[in-house]
Amino acid sequence: MIVRQTSLNMVYELAKQDERVVFIGSELVAGTLKKFKQDMPDRFFMEGVSEANIVGLAAGLALEGKIPYVNTIATFFARRAYEQIVLDMCLHKAKVRLMASGGGLVYAPLGPTHLAIEDISVLRTIPNLTIVAPCDADEMRRLMLLTLDYPGPIYIRLAKGGDPIISRSDPPFQIGKAILLREGSDALVIATGICSKLAMDAATELASQGLEASVLHVHTIKPLDTAAIDQGIQRVPVIVSIEENVTIGGLGGAVAEIIAEASLDRPKRFARIGIPDVFPHQYGSQASLMEAFQITTQNLVDKVMKLSTQSYRSTPESLRK
Amino acid sequence: MTVSSFPISPRNTPLDERSLSLRRTIVQMVQCANRGHIGSAFSLVEIIRVLYDTILRYDSRNPRWPERDRCILSKGHGCLALYALLADKGFFPEQELWKFCKSDGILGGHPEYGKVPGVEASTGSLGHGLPIGVGFALSAQLDKAAHRIFVIIGDGESNEGSVWEAALCAGKHQLTNLTVIVDYNKQQSYDSTLVVQNLEPFAEKWRTFGFGVEEIDGHDLNALRHTLSRLPIEDSKPSAVICHTVKGKGVPEMEGNPLWHHKTKVSEEEVQNLLRHLGG
Repeated sequence: MIVRQTSLNMVYELAKQDERVVFIGSELVAGTLKKFKQDMPDRFFMEGVSEANIVGLAAGLALEGKIPYVNTIATFFARRAYEQIVLDMCLHKAKVRLMASGGGLVYAPLGPTHLAIEDISVLRTIPNLTIVAPCDADEMRRLMLLTLDYPGPIYIRLAKGGDPIISRSDPPFQIGKAILLREGSDALVIATGICSKLAMDAATELASQGLEASVLHVHTIKPLDTAAIDQGIQRVPVIVSIEENVTIGGLGGAVAEIIAEASLDRPKRFARIGIPDVFPHQYGSQASLMEAFQITTQNLVDKVMKLSTQSYRSTPESLRK
Repeated sequence: MTVSSFPISPRNTPLDERSLSLRRTIVQMVQCANRGHIGSAFSLVEIIRVLYDTILRYDSRNPRWPERDRCILSKGHGCLALYALLADKGFFPEQELWKFCKSDGILGGHPEYGKVPGVEASTGSLGHGLPIGVGFALSAQLDKAAHRIFVIIGDGESNEGSVWEAALCAGKHQLTNLTVIVDYNKQQSYDSTLVVQNLEPFAEKWRTFGFGVEEIDGHDLNALRHTLSRLPIEDSKPSAVICHTVKGKGVPEMEGNPLWHHKTKVSEEEVQNLLRHLGG
């Protein structure tokens, strides 16, 4: 089951059990949620290419007690309707659920206008917003079940789908609580979304080379589980973050902030893997673009190996106090 | 086309003592804060006054009463007029007015939801109130609730694309419970709307977006009462009431003068002069 389809099916299920649930789409593929439209036509809205209006009216519906699930392409939320997300949704703490299709490089064939490369970075700065990037369809299902009662607005970053299942039912999924998928004391890989699968593969590869890595799956970017990250970074000498988002201000940026402010008695060796500070101009597939930007298992293995063997830089005499 | 060539001319519409008194309150708030969008508030006074005196159903002691009519001031910079009326109706104590824009007050330069009793949505950045109002109206339609939604927008605000996205949507859903009131004072911050971004034919635009439309003198109390008590204007359509108004209405030197769009550093002499014009 692909992730987007799972999330849409869940909206149908949630709407069946709770009359407050409404679905709003912009200009989605013909037949999207056909059964929802058939069974609950008055709660199904398809409002056309007008993201600013859609986010605003969703906030209005939410302030009146409805729970709107809104679906369009991720970057059309994050770029086009940014001010509506900030003011209409987040300032009002409106219980809107944005289902952001194609988070990251999913729409590679469609070019730079359709890629959501910086949504995590820009949305992370907005007070009251919760940002979740599940790693697979099972985790999406667990998340969606919690969205009915969770307070305030949520941005759900949908991966392409069909991704291998790595999530588990235990420990129970909680919004805002990172999951330690694997424990090791040589390095810590911090990942979100489908990159957690790359992190698990890298940890397996590293183990075969004698390095034991922890993998922390940070499905919730905001509110960030700073306690889990803080605990994780203290146990290891090497930390690498990996995400399908620009490295500026994304998950890696958030981790860097925590490391920098942790007042650790020994410095950490740290690297961020993600999309560099460029507009992607190459087409192909999500996988080929990830390869081009080295958001890969192999790069993760290489980075961890390199940092593990690298000696600390010494401060030049001239810069010492 | 010039401002004087419009068929409805609100320039000479007389103001009664209540309208003058509300304007004096606004001047006193500006005096306390030494700033405020005074001209934008003066064009709105009669619209807001008629809404809160005659049209809206509400309970100021229970501002979240579910059956209340919802009124969003989407041109949030006109908030001085709204605050004067909300205080007058008992939504909050009058003393709050004299703390306008102060750190210990609840009344800022734009109205805030959750902070000011009676304010249904935080506005300020333009083009947000109508989409939110469409959401309110859709919710009421879903619930088959009887309350109505009023959204007051500015003419400068009507430059925003989101206004027209929301208008299309309201027309499509035949939101008879939604009324857009346009404060058409024809003066935006920089210059006349005719110069900056001409909206004409304005009424025709709203009609083609699926609204029933009426154009009235926005300072004429009887015209406002007459139109707003006979909504919707057309069956199966949302309503748009285009109120021809005068920015700064009530003080000749302020009327249509862009220097008074957002006024800071108001001198004591200017205050006294304004109050004198307003019968104070």
